Amino acid sequence: MASSSSVASDKSVWDGGASPMGASYGKLMMWFFLLSDAFTFSALLITYGLVRSSHEGYTGPIEDFVFSQNYWPVPERVFEAVPFLHGVELPLVFVGIMTFILIMSSVTMVLAVEAGHRMDRKAVEKWMLWTILGGIAFLSCQAWEWAHFIHGAETGKAVAEGTTFFGANLVHNQYGPPDFAAFFFFITGFHGFHVFSGVCLNFLIYYNTVTGVYQRRGHYEMVEKVGLYWHFVDLVWVFVFTFFYLV
Amino acid sequence: MATTDIHIHSDVHHHDDHDHEHEHHEGNFWTNYVFSQDHKVIAKQFLITGIFWALLGGTLSVIFRLQLGFPDMNLDWLKPVLGEWITPEGKLDPEFYLALVTMHGTIMVFFVLTAGLSGTFANFLIPLQIGARDMASGFLNMLSYWFFFLSSVIMFTSLFLSTGPASGGWTIYPPLSALPQAIKGSGLGMTLWLVAMALFIVSSLLGGINYITTIINLRTKGMSFTKMPLTIWALFFTAIIGVLSFPVLFAAALLLIFDRSFGTSFYLSDIYIGGEALAHDGGSPILFQHLFWFLGHPEVYIVLLPALGLSSEIIATNSRKPIFGYKAMIGSMLFIAILSFIVWAHHMFVTGMNPFLGSIFMLLTLIIAVPSAVKIFNYVTTLWKGNIRFTSGMLFSIGMVSFFLTGGITGIFLGNSAIDIQLHDTYFVVAHFHLVMGSASFFGMLAGIYHWFPKMFGRMMNETLGSIHFWLTFVGVYMVFFPMHYIGIAGFPRRYYSWTNFDTFSGFTDLNMLVSTAAILTLAAQFIFLFNFFYSMFRGRLAPANPWQSNTLEWTTPRNPGHGNWVGEIPSVYRWPYDYSKPGSKEDYIPQHIPFSETPESNLPSENDLIKLETSNGEGKIIVEGGKH
Repeated sequence: MASSSSVASDKSVWDGGASPMGASYGKLMMWFFLLSDAFTFSALLITYGLVRSSHEGYTGPIEDFVFSQNYWPVPERVFEAVPFLHGVELPLVFVGIMTFILIMSSVTMVLAVEAGHRMDRKAVEKWMLWTILGGIAFLSCQAWEWAHFIHGAETGKAVAEGTTFFGANLVHNQYGPPDFAAFFFFITGFHGFHVFSGVCLNFLIYYNTVTGVYQRRGHYEMVEKVGLYWHFVDLVWVFVFTFFYLV
Repeated sequence: MATTDIHIHSDVHHHDDHDHEHEHHEGNFWTNYVFSQDHKVIAKQFLITGIFWALLGGTLSVIFRLQLGFPDMNLDWLKPVLGEWITPEGKLDPEFYLALVTMHGTIMVFFVLTAGLSGTFANFLIPLQIGARDMASGFLNMLSYWFFFLSSVIMFTSLFLSTGPASGGWTIYPPLSALPQAIKGSGLGMTLWLVAMALFIVSSLLGGINYITTIINLRTKGMSFTKMPLTIWALFFTAIIGVLSFPVLFAAALLLIFDRSFGTSFYLSDIYIGGEALAHDGGSPILFQHLFWFLGHPEVYIVLLPALGLSSEIIATNSRKPIFGYKAMIGSMLFIAILSFIVWAHHMFVTGMNPFLGSIFMLLTLIIAVPSAVKIFNYVTTLWKGNIRFTSGMLFSIGMVSFFLTGGITGIFLGNSAIDIQLHDTYFVVAHFHLVMGSASFFGMLAGIYHWFPKMFGRMMNETLGSIHFWLTFVGVYMVFFPMHYIGIAGFPRRYYSWTNFDTFSGFTDLNMLVSTAAILTLAAQFIFLFNFFYSMFRGRLAPANPWQSNTLEWTTPRNPGHGNWVGEIPSVYRWPYDYSKPGSKEDYIPQHIPFSETPESNLPSENDLIKLETSNGEGKIIVEGGKH
């Protein structure tokens, strides 16, 4: 109202009787939920950071790196496998592909929302389907990566006299301190659960689009709301990716 | 606009038959009273559940006060209820004592003063006071209650386990809470505690986003943010704090579940039991404390702010004066809400943190005294020279201000990182937070019940019984918690089962007896309230439309408002809610929905200018601000 000379003659959208942010209550609720969820992920990532910084880091040259319980592993030496390329060292290539898939699914989600604005049912169906496929592809990649991480590399760690432990679970970890694996499972798992929920929601939206629910309703706002969630899940992955694989 | 929004919602959730436009009395017992989506019914559900928990939590405290005040007492008479928890010698089982302390804290903080207080009054007052037919999403609101109910059932069930409920303190610090070997209560009891709290957090989140969204989107015409009653402001901040802090506890609890059940070491390291090293390695128990108190401290204000908001409204109404410093009240609540997120480590001064970091947290903590003092001065100056009506609600509100002051002052001692070394984990702390957060919030809640009972049930509560209830409780609370300061300064640690082994403490037996006796009397006094509450619900005097001559919108609804609150159109709002005893006015109150054009005798010159706006209050006059947000 600062721009107005006579304050008394103007009315603000904040004066009641209107949605001041130009958003329906459902969209606002989604935003506040995401804000809340962001705090959950922040708490987990900060926890990860604290525990990691309380462990020794690896200081030697990267070529000489070997897995040890005494220092935190270098992630690019842990995650260097790609399906069908056994024995080839490709640091962070596979997780890069996963990240690309997830980000592309965000793009197709944007296109679905845009199609919804045009009330173009066919296009919404198409782009929602691509988004769902992207989500499923990401989850499948994650499943493969988890499986590989669990089964382990060529050299294991000694757990007791004469026995060696390969791979990792929540208690033991051949790649380094147990907390490394525990956090990997917990945080990527928690994120994966979010992606899974997102895929379910996306499917629901796809189903409703196909059956014409939104066409009859006259707007595709539900696509937008679920789209917000989907973008958020992608954004969180960017942080998870940064903290677990890059730093 | 408001109603349009609700229509979108009913489409979204496939509850098309649910028409919010009109009052509807169809529907059966289940849809009207149990799985109701009416915010007023949900509020009452929260209230009744909260009262149940308050009674249980209070009873638990009296049981452990028996042990503290009368350590030689034979408790065999409790055997029919507590069974094996009374030892053959007629004593309280020491581990069960810890369980009692833990459950008392958990129940009071979360189930009574969070769900019972916020859940009741946010649900009840937000739509009524901002002029909305219901919450933004009635369905999610209903879910919020039922998640809370489920959480309550699980927490209640844990009381009956043979190994007892959680016993590691309401703060559930690991490793005590993480290792089943540590204490019996860290077995299944702790698991159920965590499950119940996870559900509780879901409930609080569903409620919180609903409250925030409702306040932003569903205010009636004219109800700008600066015309909102302070209750709504307080509940708004409370909801925001909850939405931002509970998820951190959620994360902390999930990690604890993994440590307990799946062998991870997020919080555990270097632990030896019976000489055997545990496999857990690399975690940090201090980490849990940080995560816990990042919720834990804001939680204090989640508990307190609604009480402050309710009291603002009640004190202004019953002083027949505008609230002193309306904007200062909002500002101080905002400031408190922000500060609440950056002071958590003052609970952890003695965890070995860097003293410099401690002094930063100390500084931030002590700054909270400023907005708190602003609020207290505003309450006192509102009362100053008012035509005070000592209704029960008013008495409890004034009591709230008293506790907030008394308990707040000891907070300045505890917030000091040097003095805290002496006072940490003593009864001084117990006295402090029971006054400033426990009793103050509890009084705020009671004030709210007495004040809004006529709107909830259409009948009046008995004022005489209310006064008796107030005086007994007010004196009782001070008799319980004031001596505790001395006990604490003397060095009594909290959560100890018995001090009789320590010569140092033997001189304080009489003080502990006084505290315990007062606690029993205070609990007994609550039955006066219970009688008053349930009797008045059915037999109380019928309430007039506006029993307290109050200005807010809820009193413009019918005596027993149906689902949808107003018959016909929702009233528009033209003025702030505190036009009490306005010079020139015929009555000593002018409700919010009375336009300035109807009150030329009391208008200020600037308000006369607003009359022009009122006449052109049609559609299409709303101008969207450009570029500012």
